Amino acid sequence: MQALVIAAHGSHLNPDASDPTYAHADTVRETGAFDEVREAFWKEEPHFREVIRTLESDEVFVVPLFISEGYFTEQVIPRELRLEEWDPEKWDSDGTSASQVTLEAEDVGKTIHYCGPVGTHDAMTDVIVQRAESVTEDPDVGDGVGLAVVGHGTERNENSAKAIEYHTERIRETDRFDEAKALFMDEEPEVDDVTDYFESEDIVVVPLFIADGYHTQEDIPEDMGLTEDYRLGWDVPSDVDGHRIWYAGAVGTEGLMADVILERAADAGADIGDAVESVREAVSLETGADPEPSAEPGD
Amino acid sequence: MTAPPASVAALLEAVDDDGAVAVDGLRVGRAADGYALETPDEEWTGLAADDLADALEPLSDYVTNWRYWERSVGGEGTARRAFLRWCERAPLELEEAGDEETAAHPSVDDPLSVPERYDALRDGLDREWGQLCLTARLVDDADDDPAGERVYDLWHVDDADGDLADLEVYDDPRDAREIATYDEDGRYRPLKTAPTLPSGWAFTGLSGEELVETVEFFYPATVANWHRELRGTLDVDHWTETAERQTGIYDVLDELPREGVEWMAEACCVDSQCLRRREWEFDEDDALDVDGGDGPFPCREPCSLVVAAARKWTILESEQERTYELELTASEYNQLAELIDAVAEGRTDEIREADVNDGANRYRARYLRAKRFDEEGNLEARRIDDRD
Repeated sequence: MQALVIAAHGSHLNPDASDPTYAHADTVRETGAFDEVREAFWKEEPHFREVIRTLESDEVFVVPLFISEGYFTEQVIPRELRLEEWDPEKWDSDGTSASQVTLEAEDVGKTIHYCGPVGTHDAMTDVIVQRAESVTEDPDVGDGVGLAVVGHGTERNENSAKAIEYHTERIRETDRFDEAKALFMDEEPEVDDVTDYFESEDIVVVPLFIADGYHTQEDIPEDMGLTEDYRLGWDVPSDVDGHRIWYAGAVGTEGLMADVILERAADAGADIGDAVESVREAVSLETGADPEPSAEPGD
Repeated sequence: MTAPPASVAALLEAVDDDGAVAVDGLRVGRAADGYALETPDEEWTGLAADDLADALEPLSDYVTNWRYWERSVGGEGTARRAFLRWCERAPLELEEAGDEETAAHPSVDDPLSVPERYDALRDGLDREWGQLCLTARLVDDADDDPAGERVYDLWHVDDADGDLADLEVYDDPRDAREIATYDEDGRYRPLKTAPTLPSGWAFTGLSGEELVETVEFFYPATVANWHRELRGTLDVDHWTETAERQTGIYDVLDELPREGVEWMAEACCVDSQCLRRREWEFDEDDALDVDGGDGPFPCREPCSLVVAAARKWTILESEQERTYELELTASEYNQLAELIDAVAEGRTDEIREADVNDGANRYRARYLRAKRFDEEGNLEARRIDDRD
């Protein structure tokens, strides 16, 4: 038997913080790829501390639903899961290349495949692009459009910015968008000045956050000038300084995130069959990329 | 009632494969002189295969009980199996634990025999798990289910005697997540074991696996830790271990004074606030004075809510005490105590609009504020003693 644990932050104050975790866990459940799928949290229940013992499987794949390698993925989660042999060196990562390490959880004697966070997986690049497609409702979005990937950024963790820059560079290399820039809340270049960094009239802004909350629903929209007061809401797109800003909200709520979770587990040796294909198919149906029948070419 | 031929055939096959089967008082084994069959009431030896099949036929309850536990549920030694057996008061099969220890556990009643259980399951056998009422029953009439299959219903204990028609009915365990997220007043419940689960819903016709999944969404990890406690293998992390393990902004936790930990346990970890029974102490050899409570679920370490609150109290406890002088009448002084007590007990919503005899009445509080607060909105007082 094999189990998947999606390890997320959660919140004591905001019930919506765990929504993406539940949604992606359910998508993976539907694929039937794992005998057991469990959500686990730092600030909700089941806590990281207790989750492994709720599983019957001997092989457990733990995928952190976090954006970057850093404090949570390198210290908190392994410690709370009781992975005694853990050492960040075992990931042998440059900050964005952690894949997995196999350890034993001391309280249960199970094999734990501890994976890198979803945010640094290559498949995450596709989710960012998918997010741009869904917010513009244009499956071909890119031509004449600039893409801003927004991260928190913090001086306490240099990996925080690395993840953002990594995906931005990968998107830039595809030449799909006219411009691709990494912007931040707490360091330069700042998202407040988003229009200064783009020549394109249309700018899609995708925050690389797991859940919508204070930053993505209050701070960033106000900082960018989409709205005077987040409680009044904002238009998508909104006009700011002669640009049209397509603000996407947290990328972590995108349906395709379940695909990244599966890829992480598969990279660590999980047998997931054709689960990735079925998730991609389900997600493309959900987002309604298929046009109305009356919109056939020539109509 | 005769045993269904398919179940008898499956049992015979299991005996031939494994040499013997034994569950809940039924034993069937193969020996040199033929098969041996035993129930708590009767015993046969030296049976030929056909005679064994004939002897099993009238033992319908035992045969279908074997099929349910060994084929439908399986999972020997798992918490899931133990929990489902607890649901119908079957013997818990806890080999590692001493019988006395297990029997003394508050969740354990005298086990019922197979015939007793079948009688009870036909009517529906009720158990309580926190604020959940669980009912195990037999599905004898369903064409799709094999005889002896159990199904489970689940609702709030407050709804146990009510009419199902008045409840919102669910059958997907995942719906429990949404129900458990908010209390009756629509407020977020960050602590799943807070005694504030809303009523008005029911899950019906769940399989055993679905029942455990649903219970785990309502009360995460309670089944696993209950099972560990029954087996005598519950691992408790006491306050000092938990506090010393913390890093980042929680690194300060081990500086919370011992008496602060007592006050915290009294504030958070009591029956009125949480259904868990605190098993952790200040340290392994250093029990807290505050009673751990009578909650049904063992609490094996300070939860994330307590950890977060403890950080705040650690910071507050690092402050110096000062002496303040302020003008209050005796009644106003008493009113402050009443206000604190009303908030601490969550009583403010119950105070009637016009009950001006209650010190925590809103108009009384607003009057006190109008009279005793200055223009900046602060309580007027003079600090008269700097101790540092």
